[in-house]
Amino acid sequence: MNIAAAGTNESLAEISNYLIYSAMAVYAFAFVAHIAEWVFGSRSKVARTAAALSPGKERGAGAVPAEDASAEAASAGAASARTDKSAAAKSAAGGTTSVLERPRPKVVVRSSAGRRGELPDGPGAAAGDEQGDLYGRIAVSLTTLAFLLHASGVLARSLSVQRAPWGNMYEFSTAFSMVAVAAYLGFLAAKKNVRWIGLPLVTTVLLDLGLAVTVLYTESDQLVPALQSYWLWIHVSLAIVCGALFYLGFVSTALYLFRDRYETKLLAGGTPGGFATSVLERLPSSASLDKFAYRINAAVFPFWTFTIVAGAIWAGDAWGRYWGWDPKEVWSFITWVAYACYLHARATAGWKGRKAAYLALIAFACFLFNYYGVNMIFNGKHSYAGV
Amino acid sequence: MRTTDTGTETGKTGGGARPADGTAPDGTPDGTPEGTPEGAPEGTAEETRLAREAESQLSSLSTAPGEERLNVPSIGVVGWARWFWRQLTSMRVALILLFLLSLAAIPGSVIPQSNVDSIRVEEFRKKHDVLSPVYDKLQLFDVYTSVWFSAIYILLFVSLAGCIVPRTWQFVGQLRSRPPRAPRRLDRMPAYTTWRTEAAPGDVLDGARGLLRGRRFRVDSEGDSVASEKGYLREAGNLVFHIALIVLLLAFAAGQLWKSEGGKLVVKGHGFSNTLTQYDDFKSGSLFDPDELDAFGFTLEDFHATYEESGPEKGTAREFRAGISYWQGADGTEKRDSIRVNHPLEIGDSKVFLNGNGYAPVVTVTDGEGNTAHRGPVPFLPQDGNLTSSGVVNVTDYRDAKGRKDQLGFQGFFVPTFGGSGAGTMFSQSPSLKYPVLFLTAYHGDLGLEYGEPKSVYQLDTSRMKQFKKPDGSPLAKKILPGETLKLPDGRGELKFEGVRPWAQFQVVHEVGNGWALGGAIAAIGGLAGSLFIQRRRVWVRAVAGADGRTVVEMAGLGRSESARLPEELGDLAYAMQSEAPPVHDEGEDEPEYRSEHEHGNDDEHGNDDKDEDSAGTSPRGERK
Ligand code: HEM
Repeated sequence: MNIAAAGTNESLAEISNYLIYSAMAVYAFAFVAHIAEWVFGSRSKVARTAAALSPGKERGAGAVPAEDASAEAASAGAASARTDKSAAAKSAAGGTTSVLERPRPKVVVRSSAGRRGELPDGPGAAAGDEQGDLYGRIAVSLTTLAFLLHASGVLARSLSVQRAPWGNMYEFSTAFSMVAVAAYLGFLAAKKNVRWIGLPLVTTVLLDLGLAVTVLYTESDQLVPALQSYWLWIHVSLAIVCGALFYLGFVSTALYLFRDRYETKLLAGGTPGGFATSVLERLPSSASLDKFAYRINAAVFPFWTFTIVAGAIWAGDAWGRYWGWDPKEVWSFITWVAYACYLHARATAGWKGRKAAYLALIAFACFLFNYYGVNMIFNGKHSYAGV
Repeated sequence: MRTTDTGTETGKTGGGARPADGTAPDGTPDGTPEGTPEGAPEGTAEETRLAREAESQLSSLSTAPGEERLNVPSIGVVGWARWFWRQLTSMRVALILLFLLSLAAIPGSVIPQSNVDSIRVEEFRKKHDVLSPVYDKLQLFDVYTSVWFSAIYILLFVSLAGCIVPRTWQFVGQLRSRPPRAPRRLDRMPAYTTWRTEAAPGDVLDGARGLLRGRRFRVDSEGDSVASEKGYLREAGNLVFHIALIVLLLAFAAGQLWKSEGGKLVVKGHGFSNTLTQYDDFKSGSLFDPDELDAFGFTLEDFHATYEESGPEKGTAREFRAGISYWQGADGTEKRDSIRVNHPLEIGDSKVFLNGNGYAPVVTVTDGEGNTAHRGPVPFLPQDGNLTSSGVVNVTDYRDAKGRKDQLGFQGFFVPTFGGSGAGTMFSQSPSLKYPVLFLTAYHGDLGLEYGEPKSVYQLDTSRMKQFKKPDGSPLAKKILPGETLKLPDGRGELKFEGVRPWAQFQVVHEVGNGWALGGAIAAIGGLAGSLFIQRRRVWVRAVAGADGRTVVEMAGLGRSESARLPEELGDLAYAMQSEAPPVHDEGEDEPEYRSEHEHGNDDEHGNDDKDEDSAGTSPRGERK
């Protein structure tokens, strides 16, 4: 097919723009609802963490490290107990075997992360406050609605150009935040404890879309020949998905650092400030946040590796070398090595916890820089930014 | 002190990974991970021993090297060498080297690199005459081949090799030995369950063996217990991944060393054959041998380019296609094919890429005696996206009106789409050939092609030439359309603009090791997936006759990696076992007794997050700052 003849359907492109703007408006309402959730939630004075640490419960702590040698089993602690419980509930309700319904055996999970691992997760932004919870639900519903508009916008853009909707930075940005929201909603649908991501996510999605429609906007158009390849689908779509998921890992890591400091202070017998207590008390425990971040980063890493390999194969076809130290390639490599560092750090005693978390933040910063910085600052073969 | 691997700990105490039942592994001070806070309150001796037992189980689940302290050797060169080697192959140093590698890669993305864009390096040198020599010294224009960058990755890969080899042997050893025997206190393990049943201990254990085998655990039994292990693919995947990295690096290095890469501009209708002398420019790796060039050649039969005709991206290229006929080998027959962007032509080990295009005005130059001095297409080089091109027509074989030998040089621009004389610009309005115009001015004298430094055929060196003047003394310059001529004054001849032909720029790349690099990359991803998604875990079952004549069944699980699935899996296994060995419920006894050492009530609801969970034997790992 002659690509030039296909042309772009301008009315579809316009519809796409309207959809993206509407999505932004709805995200803005979701943002307000989330704020209301947090504000109302602050009325209820939960202090589970402090309660879990009350003097009566400290007996027997701090003996000998039973599990320090284990890298990850260590922080598996408290959360496994919950999973187990829900699994038990699931199979009790569903009836997994054809045999007569009998109770599931109870599995005792030893928390191996010490008292830290036993700290309970916070109750969420609404903290049991009825009004707060209502606003929280409204926020999630609005986010879902906004996501549908957002996704239709991306789809309309794609139809208007009859190709994958990620040929320039505008398209890349809109797809990026769309996938992040999709992942968040997917986790919610799978009944994972992720509602705490809501506010930071909606905030960044608004920022991202705002940036996309102002600075990065590019008229809907065809691709230059170098971008016309099925590798575009593979390489760029994977890069978008990896970036969006890495972003969720990043939010979790950042919150982990705050929550970890808060818990450290409590464990040391200190009294954190009122605001910190109110906010951090409602987040999941540091062990849960850390685990969530690790799982996401570890799960995405192979896909990120594949993204780079796919890019290299494509570069081999397009430019005659699969690796040529173009700035984009250099920063993909740096990002990859930074995440590898993080995974190594997790397996190295003395580097777990905060130090590993800092590495994860650096790694994500590299990812972001590779996207924004490299496209705008450097002048490499990948300069398709269109800005 | 022992340095490499915590897995060897078990190797010391029993055959393979089998610590003797109930005995704490010796040498535990070494095995204590660095993370243990010094001076943490010690529990009772019993607790210490139990904790160590669990720890040794955990660490033998992995072939990962343990973290060791910096132990400065006490004796001699050999001691130092061994110390150095151990440091180099430790995880901590691998981590540091990895971090350094990513830092070291940064300058190469900021400073122009001579192997990526040598023109920008030259520009940079001109602009920064103070900085450039410093950069040269530090090899900052060649970061990725610099001594310091190479040093980091070579150290990293030596470290990697030094790490993989022992780990592979260890892993093989673990595969050959039996799963480690059940620890004495199963209730110490991260996941634990127990119940009483009427079934005889032997039957329970038989059932457990069958069940675990059925679920592809490796099973071993010993006395009153069954030991099993699963998920060896994790370690295997990890080893595959790290080995694949080495393969990838070697393939990359080979590719660089034996690589060759040359560019050739071919005008439509002309041909190219793959020999060194035919290239316009040629680069090769240090081990490249010109005899390795594949024997082939091709002719550019036609060239198609389509461009955006309207809209904001007017003029942006949409498609390029070079139609060629090529031959291969000594007696190769001609075949037709096309080369497009992203679709190179592959011949033998070589690939031919299309990476540029432009126009070559076809001109005929007649000299002062009326003879044809030059005829043919002259490629002009594009200066902008709309293919405003500049070029030179060199005429060496020329005689003036009086029959004296001279040389001519025509310099100027070619635009495929002229904006019209009213447009006020000489720049092309579109890359398509719609209104071709040639602007030329002419010189005569010495082109300087025969001596001195090699000169570009696209630039005119006017230092020994004189510009033709119009009668009024202004320089001779003219805009000509196809079919028109530029007449030189005083009957010194003329240049006729016959037409325009497209040309295409080809890049011929010969690269070895690509298959290996791809294979390595795929193996690395596979290994990575195995090592990150699979969890290695052990499950033990113990069945003993209790005092009341019933059988007490205990099950425990231990996983090395972070996973919520282990307790779930243990629950599934226990559930399955209970169909053969159904639990008997006595009042108050149906709850697991996992805190028996403290003898306190265990009726509280299991799974309650706020429950009062005993943490004896655990360290406040997270409390370190
Ligand atoms: C070339 C540089 C290297 C890269 C890019 C790299 C990358 C990685 C990655 C991505 C992982 C995560 C996979 C997993 O957690 O199972 C990993 C794990 C691991 N690496 Fe490396 N590695 C490198 C060098 C080394 C070296 C030199 C050593 C030896 C000291 C080493 C030892 C290990 C070990 C033991 C693990 C497993 C950790 C665990 O069990 O969780 N690696 N490596």
